[in-house]
Amino acid sequence: MTAPRMRSDRVLLGHGGGGLLTKELIESVILPVLDNPLLHPLDDAAILTAGEGLLAFTTDSYVVSPLFFPGGDIGKLCVCGTVNDLAVKGAEPLWMSLGLVLEEGLPMADLQKVIRSIGTTAREAGIQVVTGDTKVVEKGRCDGLYVNTAGIGRLAAGASAGSPESSVPLGPRSIRPGDAIIVNGFLGDHGMAIMARRSGISFQPELMSDCAPLWDLIRTVLATGAPVHAMRDLTRGGLAASLCDLAEASGLGMRVSETALPVRPAVRGACDLLGFEPIAVANEGKIVLFCPASAVSRVLAALHGHPLGAAAAVIGEVIAEPRGTAFLATRIGGERIIDMPPGETLPRIC
Amino acid sequence: MRPAGEQTPGAQWTARIEEYSSTIDRTVRLMEVCGTHTMVAFRSGLRSLLPERVSLISGPGCPVCVTPDGYIDAAIELSTLPAVTITTFGDLVRVPGSASSLERERANGASVEVVYSPTDALALARADSSRSVVFLAVGFETTVPGIAVAVRTAREEGVDNFMILSALKTMPGPMRALAGEGEVAIDGFVCPGHVSVITGASAFAFLAEEFRIPCVVTGFEDLDLLKGVAMLLAQVAEGRSEVEIEYTRAVGMDGNRVAQQVMAEVFEPCDSEWRGLGTIPGSGLSLREPFAPHDAAGRFGLEVRSAPPVSGCRCGDVLRGVLTPPRCPLFDRACTPATPVGPCMVSSEGACAAFWRYGRRPA
Repeated sequence: MTAPRMRSDRVLLGHGGGGLLTKELIESVILPVLDNPLLHPLDDAAILTAGEGLLAFTTDSYVVSPLFFPGGDIGKLCVCGTVNDLAVKGAEPLWMSLGLVLEEGLPMADLQKVIRSIGTTAREAGIQVVTGDTKVVEKGRCDGLYVNTAGIGRLAAGASAGSPESSVPLGPRSIRPGDAIIVNGFLGDHGMAIMARRSGISFQPELMSDCAPLWDLIRTVLATGAPVHAMRDLTRGGLAASLCDLAEASGLGMRVSETALPVRPAVRGACDLLGFEPIAVANEGKIVLFCPASAVSRVLAALHGHPLGAAAAVIGEVIAEPRGTAFLATRIGGERIIDMPPGETLPRIC
Repeated sequence: MRPAGEQTPGAQWTARIEEYSSTIDRTVRLMEVCGTHTMVAFRSGLRSLLPERVSLISGPGCPVCVTPDGYIDAAIELSTLPAVTITTFGDLVRVPGSASSLERERANGASVEVVYSPTDALALARADSSRSVVFLAVGFETTVPGIAVAVRTAREEGVDNFMILSALKTMPGPMRALAGEGEVAIDGFVCPGHVSVITGASAFAFLAEEFRIPCVVTGFEDLDLLKGVAMLLAQVAEGRSEVEIEYTRAVGMDGNRVAQQVMAEVFEPCDSEWRGLGTIPGSGLSLREPFAPHDAAGRFGLEVRSAPPVSGCRCGDVLRGVLTPPRCPLFDRACTPATPVGPCMVSSEGACAAFWRYGRRPA
């Protein structure tokens, strides 16, 4: 591939936004040197062959500010993020690593609170912390505490797109025109909870992060035997970034209906006030799922029967044309493009 | 998903828009002069519902967009001084000045903090008296009262290290300029709802009376804007020119007296440079004498000079409604939201960014 030239001679905050600038950074700085067939799909996790089975392998870093927020903290977040990256590939999360970068002077009580939170969430999610590393840097060289994790999961039966016997893995290339687009609940909770905390604006009721490990929910859906074609967890850039990404990766179009999107009134209000779109705001306990229209009732029933999928909804469908583009059918009957959020919307959201 | 055949909430207004425009035998150009309207028009898909002969053009309503390069350069210069922290609303960080941007200076080590209100900037100043905290005061009547209160509080509390660099502006001036000598014949103004909450709808009476241009003060929900456009088309079709209020739940003719008083106490009118429109007499706001210690330009002996726009950038033409963004030679080539050349591509309320993000119609 020919690498696009970097247009900035410095790293900007926007390069970490999960949008166009991040894409440019990866395509022009990282892939030209490190590209290989396993890395190339740039999916949530790489799928590796190990003996008879398939493993999913992922990594993520967590720099969220503040460390503690309504509905979670950096400890819970790092476990959920790792688990969810594996789960959306249909993999049962088994093992994770924990790399800690601590700032000199961090209150020990804060560290203990974070570690307890990691323990609780890992038990809940059925993943084990099996290796780790600790580094401390001088005061001012990092902001309290950063975490890096890697996670390994085993691909479950039924984690192949189409049918349990299919060898095609879950992923954008298995998406077909006519597929229903489903989300498992309210959008934008995590981003607006962090934003509200940081801006000092309080909303009633208080906005809570949706941070949650999703393997149990996804396992329940896959266990129905319903043919799921692809899943993606909706973190930075929200639903908008995922739909743009998946439209491009699948070479298909996506059309979602504004009136079908589950968004809490408080989140919508906060978005209006602060100038965000709920579909472009980060989540930490939400997935988008693609399945044939014929499987919708089974998938929805499984989602609705689980506490983390109670507000699940069909939000749109996959269309053959125009290729590579996502559209929003608006409330007032108009239509417009859903764009890839460009750069820094909310730095250090996760 | 909506069952087929069910009526959308805006159907009655879409029908009226269709009906009125069919009785008008020419192209109708309506201008919105508020960045939030620009954004709502795109995000809601409203533009895809307008008949071909009705065009909605964006005027000088995005505060970041109308701020000239000279101001950005002055802010960048301030950010490079020792013990100065720049505080600003987010969009301004990415606007390129003549040679740099605040985003780049921040990457080089300058102290630039994004805040959500001038009160946050004041809190930063209180917390660290060793630094001068300069708030980049950009915006219209909507943001002025909050800034006025922050400055007044700083004076009362003796927080001398809190300052503003003012490029504050008022709206009627440029609307007069566009109505009087604009290159584009404007058939109606979608008047800014937020500004009108403060000024009252009567601030736009001169447009209807002197220039015979229909005005409708409009709210910010998608349905507000749809209804506002229908009300303007009704005036055009019936040959009327009045100031009507669509946004009745928030706006009256007189506005918010308390906000007007605090503005007048802290600020006085001054001439102000607008990107694309040049200097408009009396269209800016500067701090009154008793508040001079909080004026960053005065404290640092800084002169906000007029600077020529960045090479090739035609944001000025866009802001006058002369050029639609896709016709700018830089649009989607050198200039994208990731690599903006001019402010209209930076701000989420800028016409270029809105066109780039939402403007392409589905095939």
